[in-house]
Amino acid sequence: MSALEVSGLQKSFGGLRVTREVNLSVEPGERRLIIGPNGAGKTTLFSLITGELRPDAGSIRLFGREIVRVPSRRRAHLGLARTYQIITLFQRETLLHNVMLSLLGLSGLRWNPFRRFAQQAALIEAGRAALARVGLLDMADRPLSDTSYGERRRVEIAMGLAQNPKVLLLDEPFAGLSIEERRDVQGLLASIPHDVTIVMIEHDMDVALEFAERITVLHFGEVVVEGSRAEVVAHPKTREIYLGE
Amino acid sequence: MRRLAALGSLLLALGLLASLPAWIGNSYYVNIASQVLLYAVFALGLNVIVGYAGLVSLGHAGLFGIAAYSGAILITAGYGHFVAIAGALVVTLGVAALFAVLALRGTGLGFVMITVALGQIVWGVAYRWISLTNGDNGVSITSRPAPFGLSLVDANPFYWATLVVFLVAVAAIAIFVASPFGASLRGTRDQPRRMNALGYNVWLIRFLAFLFSGLWSGVAGLLFLYYNQFVSPQTVALTASAEVLLMVISGGTATLLGPIAGALLVVIMKNVASGYIERWNFVLGAIFVAIVIFMPEGLVPGSLRLWRWATRRRRQHPAGPAAMAPVPHGSINGGAQ
Repeated sequence: MSALEVSGLQKSFGGLRVTREVNLSVEPGERRLIIGPNGAGKTTLFSLITGELRPDAGSIRLFGREIVRVPSRRRAHLGLARTYQIITLFQRETLLHNVMLSLLGLSGLRWNPFRRFAQQAALIEAGRAALARVGLLDMADRPLSDTSYGERRRVEIAMGLAQNPKVLLLDEPFAGLSIEERRDVQGLLASIPHDVTIVMIEHDMDVALEFAERITVLHFGEVVVEGSRAEVVAHPKTREIYLGE
Repeated sequence: MRRLAALGSLLLALGLLASLPAWIGNSYYVNIASQVLLYAVFALGLNVIVGYAGLVSLGHAGLFGIAAYSGAILITAGYGHFVAIAGALVVTLGVAALFAVLALRGTGLGFVMITVALGQIVWGVAYRWISLTNGDNGVSITSRPAPFGLSLVDANPFYWATLVVFLVAVAAIAIFVASPFGASLRGTRDQPRRMNALGYNVWLIRFLAFLFSGLWSGVAGLLFLYYNQFVSPQTVALTASAEVLLMVISGGTATLLGPIAGALLVVIMKNVASGYIERWNFVLGAIFVAIVIFMPEGLVPGSLRLWRWATRRRRQHPAGPAAMAPVPHGSINGGAQ
């Protein structure tokens, strides 16, 4: 059974067909890279998978379960997590609070209006563990507004990992990072155990190609090439799209 | 040490509030203090939705007034105070639920406009449904309740009763804001899309917060009814909604002390300054302009910022960098943020 199976997915904004017909099957534990030129519909595909956008047609299965009609927030509870290309974190809060909010989202405690959030030992412990995984434990109590861009990217990933997802969608995790920061994030992604299936959108070919086992090339809302690293790189269509030959 | 200081100032404030009738002079000022407290409860309730949910409501006087009218109508119909209070709060919660369902179809300006419209509908009903609300003449009641046999007819006992309700409101809202649900609510204010993707039901969180906000607006409306023993369409007018919103904004949104400071400012200007200056509205307007220019975040956070800045400067100069320890944080606003 596939971890994530997308078939016949379509989405239009007015007359613009952003997702024409996407079919995608990702195996459990796989590392899948999605590439494609700007406007190919990569982020839209992620938003369709997480339910932030509603597709016009098609089906999305998570470990065999049809989720196309499941509301976005329920999909998080089914083991689907994502990070964002444009960082959307809680600026006024500390790093620990950010990660704790991620944990709280899946906990029944989120409806509790009586206890003190800042004293929830289980959430604090799990939040600190998630920050430790991305190497930010020593900054746990710092407000997010006092951190660098690269650190925020890692907080994004920590929030995704904290939810212990079965499928993690990473939207350009390397965007805007320095060479050293890229290396850090690369190491961090490599350390994620294979019980987490990862689908990643990335422009940086060097780091991304190294990470992915299989690659999907998206162009004008359609899958044009799919295969192993070597196959995709050698494929004439890839060259056509990227080099304009 | 810091906790001890916070506890000390809390006890001092409680002592001052409880003994207010003894040191403030005469019952005129005691009554004004009661007004400050009841409007503070109203502003604290509104702040739940404005400050912590980030949804600006200009219709909350409708909820405040619904409670006052329901209570007044039940009492004139011959029901006891207990039934009137319980009934009024149930009606207010029902109307708040309806308001929330309609207003939460939008956020930002859309939310504001829907709340304005809903508030105006309540005003229209109060003004025109004469058989129910007595129209422009309003509804009068002739008695105040006597909880545990204590009569609230005089200014002092009424003040103490209002103080008890106010303290319960402050405690309830402080606990609410610091709770996991409060953290969820603030999350939906800052990053609603993100919260949804993290598994939160953003709509339901906002809906429940609106009910909680409406509940305290209703409690304040009942205090208002018993204070004036009268309610009229003026109570539910748009200007009343704007006034309480100004209390929240001028005092400081999303803080516990801000709405209280705002209520203090507005009520004192309305009652005390109007005795000396005929154009007190003009003075109040000038004060609001000054707040917006010099403390756009509101009186309480603005004063805290100034105080922190001043103490940091004082500490830096004599002792150098070693004395740059962070200024106590959160102790003054009760850790509301």
